[in-house]
Amino acid sequence: MNSRAEILSRIKENQPELTSLPAELTAPLQYADPVAMFSTVLGNIGGTTVPVSSYEEIQDHIKTHFADQKRIVSTLPELSQVTEAGWEGQDPHSYEDIDIAVIRAHFGVAENAALWVTEELMQQRVIPFICQQLAVVVQRKDIYSNMHEAYGQVADSVYGFGTFIAGPSKTADIEQSLVLGAHGPKNMTVFIMDLN
Amino acid sequence: MNTGTKDHAGLADIFNEDEARVDWHDETLWFVRAKRDKAAHTLPEWEALRENASKIKDNVLSNLHDYLLQFEAKAQQNGITVHWAADAEEHNQIVHSILKAQGVSRIVKSKSMLTEECHLNEHLQKSGIEVIDTDLGERIVQLAEEPPSHIVLPCIHKKKEEIGELFHEHLGTPKGESDPQFLTAAARVHLREKFLTRKAAITGVNFAIAETGEFVVCTNEGNADMGAHLADVHIACMGIEKIIPKRKHLSVFLRLLARSATGQPITTYSSHFNKPRAGQEMHLILVDNGRTRQLGRADFRNSLKCIRCGACMNTCPVYRRSGGHSYHTAIAGPIGSILAPNLDMKEYADLPFASTLCGSCTNVCPVKINIHEQLYKWRQVIVKEGYADTKKALAMKAMDFTLSSPFLYKTAGKAGRWVIKNAPFMVNNKLNAWYKQRDMPEPPKQSFSEWYKKNNNE
Repeated sequence: MNSRAEILSRIKENQPELTSLPAELTAPLQYADPVAMFSTVLGNIGGTTVPVSSYEEIQDHIKTHFADQKRIVSTLPELSQVTEAGWEGQDPHSYEDIDIAVIRAHFGVAENAALWVTEELMQQRVIPFICQQLAVVVQRKDIYSNMHEAYGQVADSVYGFGTFIAGPSKTADIEQSLVLGAHGPKNMTVFIMDLN
Repeated sequence: MNTGTKDHAGLADIFNEDEARVDWHDETLWFVRAKRDKAAHTLPEWEALRENASKIKDNVLSNLHDYLLQFEAKAQQNGITVHWAADAEEHNQIVHSILKAQGVSRIVKSKSMLTEECHLNEHLQKSGIEVIDTDLGERIVQLAEEPPSHIVLPCIHKKKEEIGELFHEHLGTPKGESDPQFLTAAARVHLREKFLTRKAAITGVNFAIAETGEFVVCTNEGNADMGAHLADVHIACMGIEKIIPKRKHLSVFLRLLARSATGQPITTYSSHFNKPRAGQEMHLILVDNGRTRQLGRADFRNSLKCIRCGACMNTCPVYRRSGGHSYHTAIAGPIGSILAPNLDMKEYADLPFASTLCGSCTNVCPVKINIHEQLYKWRQVIVKEGYADTKKALAMKAMDFTLSSPFLYKTAGKAGRWVIKNAPFMVNNKLNAWYKQRDMPEPPKQSFSEWYKKNNNE
């Protein structure tokens, strides 16, 4: 018998009597102002929120705050005036020198400041991890209170790779001292866009 | 981990030689436990979440056969190659054969307690394959040639000055530099070069979804993603119990995991791998290594519900004061002490006794594993099977003999009180294990039953 058959047969023999799945959690915590909560939590984990009402405002922010950065790339065509052209579709290793990447998120979650991003919003999977600084654009209306609502949004959508990103890369492995920028971005800016 | 013939008590003695360090270790872990409490208290539904997670895991264990088949079929549809390994040896061979087929001799690996359990690094290194652990804490213990002492905080036993010394030796940082910010920046540069040059990456798996065939890897550093998205070959290794039924169940587990582990609301990255990227090979290894045996032990199968948050270690008064290495197994602390005897009852016979049975582990466990009850039950199994330490077995027999007879019990109590009062040297010596790190108490003048008789005119 091969290992697969052996393992499966042992499981069948040893697994206990079938129990049913529990009912879904009723009334998980809702915030009166999810956007305010999102901003507070993001601040606590080392990120910054910037409220904006147009893409011009984001471009202005990039021009004023990131003027000294050499390589700025974005997956948002609305930001093409301030970002590199023709950077897409290269060997992922070539993105090692990206200073700032600006991408879009499907939605954000107030309870933990996590943003849901799937592969098609990254151009290449490595982009949000390899850049020195990450900026993410999310619509104000797309900030949900908790993870149950979040997976309600993800639902049965199809993606090759998706990730929740909450703040900059970090570690506290040396004597529990928090250091931002372990391997990935050293900081994170979230543009919360209110188009109204 | 090769610790010679020393058991938990013997290894804890070594750790306890430096009292200041023990206090520091104890306080650091308690600080993490306090952060967990604070995070848990932000959610009014915390207890309902734990209950929900526990029930979902019950269902997983009761239907594991079908869930694994469902997961395998979906993962294969998604383009992932699925392997099955009956034990650690087979797991290591599978990894080796994938690397060999690709002609890869240098790899990066993110944190995976399963690969620690299987001693993968040693196996690959023997075959001439270089493994770089990329989690900062794991890289530190790897440079120190030690195993991790904690499943979430691998080098929690190390002082920053010791890490500075290691980095000076291996990474060329200035001698005497021990600032965590500086050392982390040095490690970032050192490990970036590895991510950019290695063709294969190994990661662990936190959750695998039967419904969709995807698997989820959680990190704060982003090292699993840096490795996987740059490598031509991604190998993910998981125990068969990591399955959960549906994608939406992640909402429950991701709310619990980081809050229980470090007090964060969520890890920085919760990455869902569904398909290999274009041109990439993605392998997933499902490992048994004793898990099906544990599934068959009604008293101990709940241990398979563990999501590896480490909360039981941070809260454990014994773990905090004896250090992770005293458990001489990949997974230390209370949960490790109920997992290890299943792997080798003789070698780990000491571990279920490395507990006060206070129950704090059970109280903080996010999936409500009855850890302290299982520790108690393992003790009975181990004594019955004849694996208990001889001194302990003898003492227990003497206790049983004394406690079964009211006359002997009374006489022994009287004698004990007399000895402590009149001949303290007979108990305050090295032969009495209870005298170590403790002073014997003042003896009471009378026993409770003597006091009761006197005060109730019986």
